[in-house]
Amino acid sequence: MSDNRLSVFKTYKLYVGGKFPRSESGRVYEVTAKTSAADAAGKGTWLANAPQASRKDARDAVVAARKAFGGWSGATAYNRGQILYRIAEMLEGRKHQFVREVADAEGLSKSKAAAVVDAAIDRWVWYAGWTDKIGQIVGGANPVAGPFFNLSTPEPTGVVAVVAPQKSSFLGLVSVVAPVIATGNTAVVIASADAPLPALSLGEVLATSDLPGGVVNILSGKTAELAAPLASHQDVNAIDLTGADADLAKELEIAAADNLKRVLRPPVSRHHPEKEAQSSDRPQAVDGDDWSADPGTHRLTAFLETKTVWHPTGALGVSGSSY
Amino acid sequence: MASAFEYAPAPESRSVVDIAPSYGLFIDGEFTDAADGKVFKTVSPSSEEVLSEVAQAGAADVDRAVKAARKAFEKWSALPGSERAKYLFRIARIIQERSRELAVLETLDNGKPIKETRDADLPLVAAHFFYYAGWADKLDHAGYGANPRPLGVAGQVIPWNFPLLMLAWKIAPALATGNTVVLKPAETTPLSALFFADICRQAGLPKGVVNILTGYGDAGAALVQHPDVDKVAFTGSTAVGKAIARQVAGTDKKVTLELGGKGANIVFDDAPIDQAVEGIVTGIFFNQGQVCCAGSRLLVQESIQDELLDSLKRRLSTLRLGDPLDKNTDIGAINSQEQLSRITALVETGEAEGAERWSAPCDLPSSGYWFAPTLFTNVTQAHTIARDEIFGPVLSVLSFRTPDEAVAKANNSQYGLSAGIWTEKGSRILAVANKLRAGVVWANTFNKFDPTSPFGGYKESGFGREGGRHGLEAYLDVR
Repeated sequence: MSDNRLSVFKTYKLYVGGKFPRSESGRVYEVTAKTSAADAAGKGTWLANAPQASRKDARDAVVAARKAFGGWSGATAYNRGQILYRIAEMLEGRKHQFVREVADAEGLSKSKAAAVVDAAIDRWVWYAGWTDKIGQIVGGANPVAGPFFNLSTPEPTGVVAVVAPQKSSFLGLVSVVAPVIATGNTAVVIASADAPLPALSLGEVLATSDLPGGVVNILSGKTAELAAPLASHQDVNAIDLTGADADLAKELEIAAADNLKRVLRPPVSRHHPEKEAQSSDRPQAVDGDDWSADPGTHRLTAFLETKTVWHPTGALGVSGSSY
Repeated sequence: MASAFEYAPAPESRSVVDIAPSYGLFIDGEFTDAADGKVFKTVSPSSEEVLSEVAQAGAADVDRAVKAARKAFEKWSALPGSERAKYLFRIARIIQERSRELAVLETLDNGKPIKETRDADLPLVAAHFFYYAGWADKLDHAGYGANPRPLGVAGQVIPWNFPLLMLAWKIAPALATGNTVVLKPAETTPLSALFFADICRQAGLPKGVVNILTGYGDAGAALVQHPDVDKVAFTGSTAVGKAIARQVAGTDKKVTLELGGKGANIVFDDAPIDQAVEGIVTGIFFNQGQVCCAGSRLLVQESIQDELLDSLKRRLSTLRLGDPLDKNTDIGAINSQEQLSRITALVETGEAEGAERWSAPCDLPSSGYWFAPTLFTNVTQAHTIARDEIFGPVLSVLSFRTPDEAVAKANNSQYGLSAGIWTEKGSRILAVANKLRAGVVWANTFNKFDPTSPFGGYKESGFGREGGRHGLEAYLDVR
């Protein structure tokens, strides 16, 4: 193969309802490579024109997510687990592409980017295993004082808007999307504004992993422009503000109160005066989570509702028999 | 319909409770006047008799109470869980001892029948403290990681429909997990919370762990917005819940909201009619329908609608409305003039929009706030009375033909707190319960509560759960 061969560029598109549309607005924006310590000369290299999604695209994505919710939330947990695992399988096969994209997006060396992609693949595996276990961990029978069988079961909240991390364009993205859909929610995801390419490529993986169209919808563009209509959307049930800076997060939380969306705030620690002092002079404090840490279950439980059902048990054996 | 037979009056004695002419705010273990000296009166809704005059908290008092709670937090949270547990067990036992006194007090201040305060509210209050007492030294085993930490000072605002029970739902888990609290009861029902302050004193609870601020919405708002409050717990209207959600935006305050509902009570054609009728009555006329999880929309399968409505009207005609202290009373007073006006206005809207009203034939007492058990037929899903929470003894009846239609209509609501299913078919119960977007579903029963059983809503009925292991999360520093 000749070194002189002109490569074929990819047109990056949104991922909405299982399809790959351009933004209805016709807008695109330039995505450039981050500078890595190892490759200072890479600064500002043009990578692609990403679609700059509009409010209309965001609303279309909500429609797609709502349409997919019944089927996905009604699928068996085992089935959801297999599909999440399938995503890991598909990613493993396209690892080289993602290593390149993550290295460019985050300014990482190839080896560091490879570690990030490995961790992201493993995260899908982690959440694939959770789909049919979380119900037993957070639900169960309650010993009420009366002749009732009383059972609490977690159920998905519904359509979840996800403001993905701004810096961790792939591991962070996977870490916020996988737990949302593992439990049966559907998602509208706003990719990192400056580094959306790994997210848009993830859409291509999802589309070939038996994940029903509309379960995950991925938008690229300006975070605030897309997050605002989602936060105030009456058919969105919850919002994950991880990738929003403090000012935007507050604004979105206020808008989300209109229909009492469940809100997962950006990670900041509570009651550590030294951190609070820090946060006041860092308005861009985002991505507070360490994405390589054990994810725990809090991102699963943040978008679950507990349903409790009371069933009368009747009163057999009242005559006193022990058996 | 004439009564089959008359009942002799059977009033519970008032002498078991001694209401002082005035009460202060309970801050840092002492009863004190409001900083600006303001007071307000609390009346008995069944007679409009003034029961007492209580201090009206303002922002300065909120600040004082939060400071007291903050000061108490250090020692209280550092106590071994087993010691906190014993305080809560003491409280549970004292509530049991003083149960009749508190039941009569609650009936006087709230207007609900003594039958309910005696047999539902008070036993549940004691059980709730007893249940969470046991958690205090077992938090490591609750599934929130090792040594989960309390949040700090909890600001709690509760409604008037179950004054003492809502207090128990708020205070018991907060204290068990090591938080301290500032609680504001509703302005129309301040007394049982003040009696609870006395129970804290009898139990030897350290000063400042529980602070009670009687007052109006402005005090509640000041509490929610106080910068040194770490946790906000609110039970009340969806409108106020939304305002609170906006006020805490951008802060670190953890919030749980238990808000309104428009519960669907679904009756299938194979349901035992008499049992279903009792369940419908419990669902919407318990506590005069002033229940967030009330079954205020009856969805009845078309083929049995006429038969069911005949039975229901016959049953409603036998309900006894009157003196809440009478042990035979089924329907007590509406809690306030304001609430009565709201119910009346919504019922008028129902008539104006074309629904057909039927009210039980009963004489209303000449003083106090009363509303006869009422149902509406010819109700469509677009009607205001099928969408808005009335919070009164008013049932909207809609019909359906298939289970799918029942589920679709039940879920057609901004709310998602409760629902009921009446059918003899077990698999149908499970299938329908599975599809309902509601936090609590009662199958062949309604309005059952238990401290071990998580309670809370979907959608605009709020978020977070109260009761059970789930209820601990709201008061622990876990994500």
